[in-house]
Order: sequence, then structure tokens, then C-alpha cells
Amino acid sequence: MNEALLRSLTPSVLAVLVRRGADFAAAEDAVQDALVEAVRVWPATPPRDAKGWLVTVAWRRFLDARRADAARRRREDLVDEEPAPGPASAVDDTLQLYFLCAHPSLTPASAVALTLRAVGGLTTRQIAQACLVPEATMAQRISRAKRTVAGVRLDRPGDVATVLRVLYLVFNEGYSGDVDLAAEAIRLTRQLAARVDHPEVAGLLALMLLHHARRAARTAPDGSLVPLAEQDRGRWDTASIAEGVDILQAALARDRLGEFQAQAAVAALHADAPTATETDWVQIVEWYDELARLTDSPVVRLNRAVAVGEADGPRAGLAALAALDASLPRHTAVAAYLHERDGDLATAARLYAEAAHKAPSLAERDHLTRRAARLNTLRRH
Amino acid sequence: MAKYLLLKHYRGAPAPVNDVPMDRWTPEEISAHMQYMHDFAARLEQTGEFVDGQALAPEGTWVRYDGEGRPPVTDGPFAETKDLIAGWMVIDVDSHERAVELAGELSAAPGAGGKPIHEWLEVRPFLAAPPTVTE
Repeated sequence: MNEALLRSLTPSVLAVLVRRGADFAAAEDAVQDALVEAVRVWPATPPRDAKGWLVTVAWRRFLDARRADAARRRREDLVDEEPAPGPASAVDDTLQLYFLCAHPSLTPASAVALTLRAVGGLTTRQIAQACLVPEATMAQRISRAKRTVAGVRLDRPGDVATVLRVLYLVFNEGYSGDVDLAAEAIRLTRQLAARVDHPEVAGLLALMLLHHARRAARTAPDGSLVPLAEQDRGRWDTASIAEGVDILQAALARDRLGEFQAQAAVAALHADAPTATETDWVQIVEWYDELARLTDSPVVRLNRAVAVGEADGPRAGLAALAALDASLPRHTAVAAYLHERDGDLATAARLYAEAAHKAPSLAERDHLTRRAARLNTLRRH
Repeated sequence: MAKYLLLKHYRGAPAPVNDVPMDRWTPEEISAHMQYMHDFAARLEQTGEFVDGQALAPEGTWVRYDGEGRPPVTDGPFAETKDLIAGWMVIDVDSHERAVELAGELSAAPGAGGKPIHEWLEVRPFLAAPPTVTE
């Protein structure tokens, strides 16, 4: 049984229950139960109609739960026959679920968790493992999120930008446990792109595909980080790159530029270079100029300084860097790199060590420490 | 989306405002303190922010490798060690501000006279996995 296929049915099954009048939180629980049941039963007795099977089981679970609930509250006025499935809704139910799970009233962590469960069909345990928190904590995070959106109506279109931000967060969470969140983010974004005709959705999908294509080359067998310039480009996934570039080009042709398209354009230029030295840095600087115009993010200007250093030489990069706030994350690491390129190994080594001290991740800290150690060794010889 | 360690020290932190050693509290004050800590953790589990909480014995043993085929060398405890960890709580929150807010609440745990201890807690971010998108 293909688990991804099973999970791809999650949002539409959930939508059927909601359309039949189940409240979102209870429907979501019932669908989870049905998914667990499917994993147990399908290998021996595969259903003819997978979605129909899930709807039937989930609806039965929902009625059982409501009956148990009602019994607890000593209510006996329940109508529990199965209603006729209503006319097909004009709005896309799956799309409405994306909007609901990324609702602005949710914190980023809650939106990520709820999206993974209600749209992605992951179990609470899988989400907890992927986010490295206890299952009980994740269960509470999800049920709070469901309460937060309980009063939100499912029939209004939301803001696609909020959905994209959540999917981008899921992608950047990386992977641990038995779930690859980056691959899951791609699956969910692809599913969204099939429903929404929006160049930024395409831009995000392209961005994810282009970055995911390089994943095998990003880490050495010992787990250490391999910088872009030193990656074995033969290990990049060319099919994924080709797909990302195609999607991006179609999006850019529509002339409605947004930050994800611009970020994907930078990733595409890297993917396009047969060797690091053949990278078109001049064009990359231009895309960072666009990005700075679109987002005004200091991180973008920091990345731009790196690109300027490659396009116009390290001195130009250092000049661009000098205009930025030195307390920005990774500012010191960029300064170290540009000084190294400029031949000032003593300053570079000192700054690499300082950057390692401030690094936000273990892999980056190890990487920067190794850079400092390498320069210090060179200087002794 | 980011994990923080809230670190409580037996020694090595600046003195709290309500600086009375626990053995001079009343039993009821100790119970109230424990209840506060318990409730705090339970509340964080409810908000989906709790990861782990542990208390440590004050005395430990120092251990190091002593060469092939030899048992490890042990030493200590060293009474003079300046910094002594008492326990920790690990939280998973949306922002550094939230981590600081929670540490502030934890520091308000009641001590002698039922008044907040105003104990200094150390808030340390975890080194995370690097993000997928880097350039």
C-alpha cells in the first residue's frame, strides 16, 4: 500500500465529513482513526474505492464518537443516519483546508502541525518525531490549534500567502524521525499548485524542487556541511532541477514577480552552472536586488553582499557588507568568507572562529570551526 | 519552532531576590513551590510547548578515559566547582521572546513566605538543524 497515496486522500475525505455537518475538530479525529485503520486493514483486503472506504469508516467513527459524547452528556436527541451526500461544492474543499490550517490566528508552530495532520494526513506521533517534541505535547498543540480555528467558516477563500509561508516553514524544518518534511512540503505544495493558479505557488514549488535536488550533495558521509561551491554537482538530482526550472519559467512568464519566484531564480542560476566558477553571479546580484525591493529583508542584503563579492570581487562585497547591521545572523561568517577571498587569512580565521561561536546550528558551527582551523594551519606553514 | 533550555543552578547564578535556602522554608512553602513547578510544566504541555524537565542531584562524579584496557578514572565531587546545575526544562516555542516570558514565569515560583523567589534562570537556545534553504 502506498502511504503517500493514502495520505493524499486525507483532505478530501475530511472535507466530505465537514460538508455533511461534522465540526472540523471531530471530523479530523475521525479521519485520523480511519487512516490508522486503513494502514492496518488494507494490506490484507485492499478496497475497490479507497476514498469511499475512508469516508465510510471515518463517518462511522465520527458518529460513534458523537454518540459516546452524547451518552456522556445524557442527551438522546441524536439523529445518526447517514445524510445524503450534498451537491458537489463550488469551492474546492481541499483548498479551504489549506487556508484553515494556515489561518492567521494560529502561531507558526501550530499552523505547521495542523497542516501536517489535516492536510498531510500524518499521525501525531510522526509530527512529534519530526519536530523533536513528545507526542503528548504535539497532541496538545494540535488540539489547541483545532480549537483556535473552530469558529472559522470553511467557505471563504483565504490568503494564499499565509499558506505559502507555512509550507515554506515545513520545508525548512528538514527531516528527522521517519518522515521527510522537505519531501512532504513538496507534496503539499504540488497538491496546492494543482488547485491554485498563482505564480507565487509555482515559485515556491520551484524553489523547493531546486533546493531538494541538491540535498544529497549538501552533506558529507560524516554528516558535515558541504558548501555550494564544493558540492559534487554530479550528485544533484537533474530531473528535479529540470522540473523546477520549467515551473519557474512558466511562472516568470506571467510577469507577476514575488519573493518565492525571485528566490527560485537564484537557486536556478546555481543549478544551471556546470561548475561553481561558471556561476552567473552578475545575474544573481540582479535577482537579489529584486528580492531586496520585494521584501526589504536584511537577510537578503546579506546574501546580496556575498553575491557582490563573487561578481565584483571581495572588496566590493566587503563594502556592501559594511552598510549592514553587524548583529545580523551570519554577518560574521560572511565577513570571514570575504576576507578569506581577499587574502587576509589572519582576519578571516579570527572571524570564522567568532562566527562559529555564534552559529545557530551544530553543522554550521562545525563547518565554521573547520574553516578557522584550516586557515590557522595554513598560516603556520 | 525553536527549542530552549531553561537552566536552574544550585550555584553559580547571581543571588535571587528572595534568598532564603530551601531548608529554612516551612514544609508548606516547599509543597507550594513543588506544586507551582508541577503546574507550570503541566500548563506548558497543554499549550504544546513542553519538551522535557528534569532535576539533578547536586553531587556527581567526574569521569575520564584512562587508556586502553584500563577502567576509567573517577574523581569528585568537587565542592569548589563554581557552577552547579540543579535542573532544567526544555521548551519548544515560537520565539525567543516567548522563551524569556516563560523563564520569567518560572522564576516567580514561590519560596520563603510564599513570595516569588525571583531566581535567575539561564535561557540557552538549542543548536538546531540547519535550514534547507541557505543562499
